Amino acid sequence: MFLIDCPWCGPRQQTEFHCQGEAHIARPKDPDALSDEEWANYVFNRTNPKGVHFERWVHNHGCRRWFNVARDTVTDRILAIYRMGEKRPKVKS
Amino acid sequence: MTQKNRLAEGGRIDRAKPVSFRFDGASYSGFEGDTLASALLANNVHLVSRSFKYHRPRGILTAGAEEPNALVQLRQGARTEPNMRAPQIELFGGLVAESQNRWPSLEFDIGAINNRLSRLIPSGFYYKTFMWPASLWMTYERVIRNAAGLGRGPTEPDPDRYDHRNAWCDVLVAGAGPAGLMAALAAGRSGARVIVADEQSEMGGSLLSDTGEIDGKPPAEWVADALAELAAMPEVTVLPRTTVAGYYDHNFLTMLERVADHLPQPPQNTPRERFWQVRAKQVVLATGAIERPLTFIDNDRPGVMLAGAVRSYANRYAVLPGRKVVVFTNNDSAYHTAIDLAGAGAHVAIVDLRKAPRGAVIDAARAAGIEILDNHAITAVHGAKRVTGISVRNLDESGRGVTGPTRSMACDLVAMSGGWNPTVHLFSQSRGKLRFDDALAAFVPDKSFAAERSVGACKGSMQLAECLKDGALAGAAAARDAGFEAKKVPAIPKVASGTEGAMLPVWVVPSGQKLGRGGKHFIDFQNDVTAADLHLAHREGYVSVEHLKRYTTTGMGTDQGKTSNVTALAILAELQQAPIPAVGTTTFRPPYTPVTFGAIAGRNIGPFMDPARLTAMHDWHVAHGAKFEDVGQWKRPWYYPKGNESMHDAVNREVLATRSSVGMLDASTLGKIDIQGPDSARFLDMIYTNAWSKLPVGACRYGLMLREDGMVFDDGVTTRIAENRFLMTTTTGGAARVLGWLEEWLQTEWPEMKVYCTSVTEQWATIAINGPYARHVLGALTDDDKLGPKDFPFMTMREMTVAGAPARVYRISFTGELAFEVNVPRRHGHAVWEAVWQAGQKFGITPYGTETMHVLRAEKGFIIVGQDTDGTVTPMDLGLDWIVARKKGDFIGRRSFARPDTSREDRKQLVGLLTEDPHAVLTEGAQIVQETRPRPPMKMIGYVTSAYHSPVAGRSIALALVARGRDRIGDTLWVPRLDGGQPIKVTVTEPVFYDKEGVRARG
Repeated sequence: MFLIDCPWCGPRQQTEFHCQGEAHIARPKDPDALSDEEWANYVFNRTNPKGVHFERWVHNHGCRRWFNVARDTVTDRILAIYRMGEKRPKVKS
Repeated sequence: MTQKNRLAEGGRIDRAKPVSFRFDGASYSGFEGDTLASALLANNVHLVSRSFKYHRPRGILTAGAEEPNALVQLRQGARTEPNMRAPQIELFGGLVAESQNRWPSLEFDIGAINNRLSRLIPSGFYYKTFMWPASLWMTYERVIRNAAGLGRGPTEPDPDRYDHRNAWCDVLVAGAGPAGLMAALAAGRSGARVIVADEQSEMGGSLLSDTGEIDGKPPAEWVADALAELAAMPEVTVLPRTTVAGYYDHNFLTMLERVADHLPQPPQNTPRERFWQVRAKQVVLATGAIERPLTFIDNDRPGVMLAGAVRSYANRYAVLPGRKVVVFTNNDSAYHTAIDLAGAGAHVAIVDLRKAPRGAVIDAARAAGIEILDNHAITAVHGAKRVTGISVRNLDESGRGVTGPTRSMACDLVAMSGGWNPTVHLFSQSRGKLRFDDALAAFVPDKSFAAERSVGACKGSMQLAECLKDGALAGAAAARDAGFEAKKVPAIPKVASGTEGAMLPVWVVPSGQKLGRGGKHFIDFQNDVTAADLHLAHREGYVSVEHLKRYTTTGMGTDQGKTSNVTALAILAELQQAPIPAVGTTTFRPPYTPVTFGAIAGRNIGPFMDPARLTAMHDWHVAHGAKFEDVGQWKRPWYYPKGNESMHDAVNREVLATRSSVGMLDASTLGKIDIQGPDSARFLDMIYTNAWSKLPVGACRYGLMLREDGMVFDDGVTTRIAENRFLMTTTTGGAARVLGWLEEWLQTEWPEMKVYCTSVTEQWATIAINGPYARHVLGALTDDDKLGPKDFPFMTMREMTVAGAPARVYRISFTGELAFEVNVPRRHGHAVWEAVWQAGQKFGITPYGTETMHVLRAEKGFIIVGQDTDGTVTPMDLGLDWIVARKKGDFIGRRSFARPDTSREDRKQLVGLLTEDPHAVLTEGAQIVQETRPRPPMKMIGYVTSAYHSPVAGRSIALALVARGRDRIGDTLWVPRLDGGQPIKVTVTEPVFYDKEGVRARG
């Protein structure tokens, strides 16, 4: 069970949160301009790295805010937590 | 009251407090402070169980959690519990225990025939023999399990209460032996918040069985002083009878505290057990070590025990399990047992596998008059239900065989030691890396992964002085890392320093016969795995330790191989001629010892397992005899039977009343989200497939929500309450999901939008009045006289007072009838429902439940998301093209309509099905085929999503998703049946069965 430091509430148990998949996938501004392959990459295709993964979490049993987490998928260590809209931080696994 | 093996003095039992108990029907007596195992041994009871596979007589092997043999059925009735480890059961007055896995009795067990037949039931016997035909495996398994089985689970409900406790601390210390106590003292003295937990009733670990001195005091006195100091520290919590069972991510640990297991039953207002979930900044593991048995022939006979356990029984419990003792060892530690037993009056001889061992402890043994046979091996154990003697021979030059004459020695106890395995279970669970230590011939912690330190014997420190030093330094360092000032080098108690001679790993002790002949070398006592079984598995090609483990079942008992895993690994390594670490280790999984389901569940049982959500009108439904259906956490009226009416008859009556007169439904559970803000309409344009910006205030519109892949995700009617305010309704089950979906887009993609979403599901009670007389009923309850179709048209909302309550009334219909959905603040719900009921009496108003609601909507072909869709269905598949505003611009999922998959021509489409036999109601989920065959496989082209008997059509109706369904309207298809009956012939139709023009709802 992870201990997750919610940017608004502070450290809370993992059971209060949901992981919502890879972060930094912006919705295309003009979907019609995209090829099927580009659209599929946006809708379906995700990275599955061994190591640092940038992912979205939501504090759904708390403040209900979304935020980003950099987590090492090998160690499950949380390397950084930052708010939506902030740049991907530089982290080392 | 014989207790013939009880020593006259010493030990930590209270001779002034005798305790009587029963084992297998016979009465015995022990003392307070005993365990069931020590009390049985005090009464010279060694035979306590029959083994799992061969039904061999078995005795008590250990004095702790690692016990593989002495598993008993404890207590009776509702509190009975199987597979309880006798050395861990504290004795209480009136305790009742039974042996397991024997019939008709422990002394005479029919199943023991398996031992004679053992050559016929090797490893993997069941897999090899019962492999064909596969369909009978279930039958075989039942028979095999009955023949094998351990104890029995209780059949009555658990009468006890269990608690959960969440806690945090700076330093958690697991284990309160010398190292753990020192760590707790060092951390506690810094002011850190410390929890120290130990699985035993008394803290002190090995010190409770030890002799000698610490700081000039007897060990037990030092323990008492340490505990007194800890008890005086306000930030320190001392938890005896508490097993640290699991070590998880980010220093989250679970502990099982046995609050009342040592009592006949829990006192009032006391839970039986407490399940702790602890978050620790730092962890100190001081979990000790577990002694290894030696693998010699017939090493499982009752009376063959671990040497350290024998020492515990003698020193801690004042029980001498035998008078004539052979200590069999490959290391120095067992010499302490020999010396203590000799001191207690036993006749002791030592058989040592090592050649000419030297050192102070060996000299001390000799000085105590103990005969030492070095370079010798036990080659036979005499006696079946209790050891009566042994044979020994000299080891040969290679050390792998025996030579010379056989010498027989009479004895009633063999105390064996094959070395010690550090208890690295929690360390491994925390993802620490192990290293094989050649001197100990065991795995020890190498690299920590978590914020954790191992100290004492679990780290491989086998001398008391090291343990105390480890603990002191680690406790201080842990406190420092948790942010507390601690002395760099805390005071370390003084003890006599000893050195230990080298141990000699001998993984299989030669007997002079071929392995497997003349007797058995047991490795895993609980699962009856022998060295010969491992050899067989090796010959059959099992290389991976994980495969070997499963094939032979080594380490797969309730003890999880605590005494057997390393030995099995070492034997496999020998066979593969590989170093032990190259063969690998098995994974240590939580829990360390079994945790009861009761403790895991805690108070979350019965009505507290899952909260029930009730509407404001729930009591009325109950009073009027409703049958309920669970929809998510909601209790919804399913139907309201009158008298002995069947469900079919009740639903028919409710449907016909609603269609011909008027019915009322509690629709409060529908999800409701209040959406406000200047960008609300723009937001809805993106969320829904249709356009919202131009919707007038007071108008309602049906909307479909898609995921970005173009599939239908939820639906509902949304109403513009004001220019910048909408009320969205969702499916009952989808309410939370939809709110999360809206918030996700607002927070992650369009944070610039000024839109605020609030769940108001619980704030409103909703009464849907449906049927030709709906307007009459509503009219009787409000002063508003503009209820006609011109003033209050279909798909609009009006605010008015209904039965004295402020209400929002929506002219929307999920039945196809004239309908008003009256929404009032929840506190008015019951009263307004009652008023509607009263006002409707003259029209025969009929309350209906979800089943009638389903029939009514299916007759109209209205879908239910999640029933008629499954996450792979587009609006076009549902024939809802009219609701997709292709020109309004972008919305979520729109681009996916042009995906190759969504534009396929053979997609499944929603259609209606009419059975040839009007009475045959199809099974929901049944597959649909174009051509039938006598048996599968048949090409499946779709499936039934909804099927009911329609009272107004006077026949069965169904909705289905069928490939190219719209092209097949008028075609004949078949629905095969699971029960093997004739396939049902159906005709494909439009998915609307009643009032196709939709005039009734608009009236």
